[in-house]
Amino acid sequence: MYEARLLEHFEDMEKQRHAAKLGMWIFLGSELLFFNGLFTIYAFYRVAYPVHFRGAIEHNIKWLGTINTAVLVAGSLCVALAANFLRMGRRLIAVVLTLCTALAGVTYVVIKSIEYGIHFSEGIYPGGVGRFYQEHPEPGFKVFFTSYFATTGLHVIHVAGGVILLTWMAWWIHRDRVGPAGAYRLGIAGLYWHFVDIIWLFLWPMYYLLGAHTK
Amino acid sequence: MRNYLTEETTIWSWLATTDHKRIGLMFFVLTSLSLMVGGALAMVLRLEHLTPNYTIMGPQAYNQVFTLHGVIMVWFFLIPSIPAAFGNFFVPIMLGARDVAFPRLNLATVYIYIVGALIVFIGMVAGGTDTGWTFYPPYSSQTYTMLLPVLLGVFILGFSTILTGLNLIVTIHTLRTKGMGFMQMPLFVWAMYGVSVIQVIATPVLGMVLLLTTLDHGLDWGFFDPARGGDVVLFQHLFWFYSHPAVYIMVLPAMGVISDVIPTFAHKNPLSYKAIAYSTFGIAFVGFLTWGHHMFVSGMSTFSAGIFGVLSMFVGIFSAIKVFTWVGTLYKGSVSLKTPLFYVFAFLFLFVFGGMTGIAVATVSLDVHWTDTYFVVAHFHFIMVGASLTAWLAGLHYWWPKMTGRMYSEPWGIAAAVLVFLGFIATFFPQFLLGNGGMPRRYYYYPEKFWPLHVMSTAGSWVLGLGLVIALIYLSWSIFYGPKAPPNPWGGRTLEWTTASPPPTHNFEVSPTLGQGPYDYSRPIGG
Repeated sequence: MYEARLLEHFEDMEKQRHAAKLGMWIFLGSELLFFNGLFTIYAFYRVAYPVHFRGAIEHNIKWLGTINTAVLVAGSLCVALAANFLRMGRRLIAVVLTLCTALAGVTYVVIKSIEYGIHFSEGIYPGGVGRFYQEHPEPGFKVFFTSYFATTGLHVIHVAGGVILLTWMAWWIHRDRVGPAGAYRLGIAGLYWHFVDIIWLFLWPMYYLLGAHTK
Repeated sequence: MRNYLTEETTIWSWLATTDHKRIGLMFFVLTSLSLMVGGALAMVLRLEHLTPNYTIMGPQAYNQVFTLHGVIMVWFFLIPSIPAAFGNFFVPIMLGARDVAFPRLNLATVYIYIVGALIVFIGMVAGGTDTGWTFYPPYSSQTYTMLLPVLLGVFILGFSTILTGLNLIVTIHTLRTKGMGFMQMPLFVWAMYGVSVIQVIATPVLGMVLLLTTLDHGLDWGFFDPARGGDVVLFQHLFWFYSHPAVYIMVLPAMGVISDVIPTFAHKNPLSYKAIAYSTFGIAFVGFLTWGHHMFVSGMSTFSAGIFGVLSMFVGIFSAIKVFTWVGTLYKGSVSLKTPLFYVFAFLFLFVFGGMTGIAVATVSLDVHWTDTYFVVAHFHFIMVGASLTAWLAGLHYWWPKMTGRMYSEPWGIAAAVLVFLGFIATFFPQFLLGNGGMPRRYYYYPEKFWPLHVMSTAGSWVLGLGLVIALIYLSWSIFYGPKAPPNPWGGRTLEWTTASPPPTHNFEVSPTLGQGPYDYSRPIGG
């Protein structure tokens, strides 16, 4: 059975756990500021081109974005449950649930790729390139889709990172390298997933919902 | 006795070390090399300005040299110089800990730094770039020079900065020795805490800006291209949202060094521990709200400019609190005049001078006249070199015996300090006059009437350079021939002086308990 190991420079397990958690929270705070640059770009240009942004949002496929929201939130639920089961010592179900979260990530990436494929087939590329912009030459459309590709692209990379992280965690739990006493590690990996999830909960209204219903 | 340098001596034991002292020492060597490269570029720039026209290089080479000088000095020297080198080395020891919270992550920061530096170096050898260290679009989207490796290298380096900050924050929270609360920490640790917070908050924004500039330059995405709906001023907002707090990443650690050196050489408790600790956070906080003062002439409403100007002046208040506390600590102290204290004096004079000109340029009406002139160049060099570099030198001489176990030559140390101070004044004081007279920054040619002041500035740079070369020589000499250092050569009270010089691998033979506070000079050591 796995025993959590106390590293020599920590006084006790409690402090070691605290350090790991605090480290992840600071990292996520830093990540949030990273995304903030893109949120600023969106806010700034949305104020400059409100009408074009609404038109472009109408063009995005709402139900694909909504399915992806459900997929990510389901993933969050799975990893939270997995950490709880692991704490109770139920290793198998923890492994299955962790893999479910990874699977949710894969599903998300697949759906997002399909969406990108649709955009490309319609002649929408980043940087204002493509035949779509011949019908919609207004600059607001160009800057909307450039920001859309950059922001969701960076987010997809983070989701893919989450898939790798959680698959790795599942392997560790399976090999008994993270047992009940180390369940906090799965909790920390879960924190990362929740962060990715929450970022999407902002991107979803920004690129699919806000103002799409007003004419 | 075995210490962290002699415990293991294979090359692998250095490359794979997780000892925070070795990592700190590696950062010290790497940042010092960057200082030499950046300094050499600065000497070349000053040499070019010896005559109003062509002296040693053409205009394009000149643009590339000042860009690289800025990039190397800001990101490869000033930002990591104190936190990653002295911070890594001394924060755990000052807290009575055996290592930082995440030792392997700490090692990773060294390699991230090296990779970033190598990529910039490749870009430099492959032709360099000419945008200035600020990478303003639209020019940065269009230049045909090697901008991409420079952007990429600085982007990668940012992760090293973020992870160092993260590690230090967690270390300070979780690894203080028994009996050490936050208010018993040395003031240097407080400064490192403040600067780490800025590093983890501001650096990612720079990362994003660099990424967007890379997409604009490399793939032509046009984020900041007005023809496609973009806005160039938005770039400036995002860039300065990082790059103004970055000034405090460079100067807060310097203030931390000064706060620790002064009590040691005045043999006196700090006038007010709390005033120094809290004003650190005052600066860190207000520093995030002042970025607009870089953009007074970029198209900003008078009202916003006024607000940014006033907020900028708040930095002056917090800095003044520190300066008065430092001077008050020296007052009626039993001062021993050693090399580190000479650098502290240089720091105090140059920092106050640079700070006061900062208040002047934060005044909108005056700034309109001085924007993009040598006045601004002189102002920020007074802070970056006059304050940060001299404090780095103070810390270097203060902790040299602890890091290497050797004493350097005191007379040579003082001689070098005096040369650095005089050389600095001669280099940068004329630049205030040049700027006020209308000499724009980053210009290759200049009118004849500015010639005498440019000659003074160039001559000053030789004196400054000479002082630094002398320091390099006697410090290197001391490693081999210097007398062995005792554990506490200066009579300091912080925990690093309770262990051997150089410290053993795990810092302390027995985990220290906090008896005397970090600055209790009312009793003799151990009394």
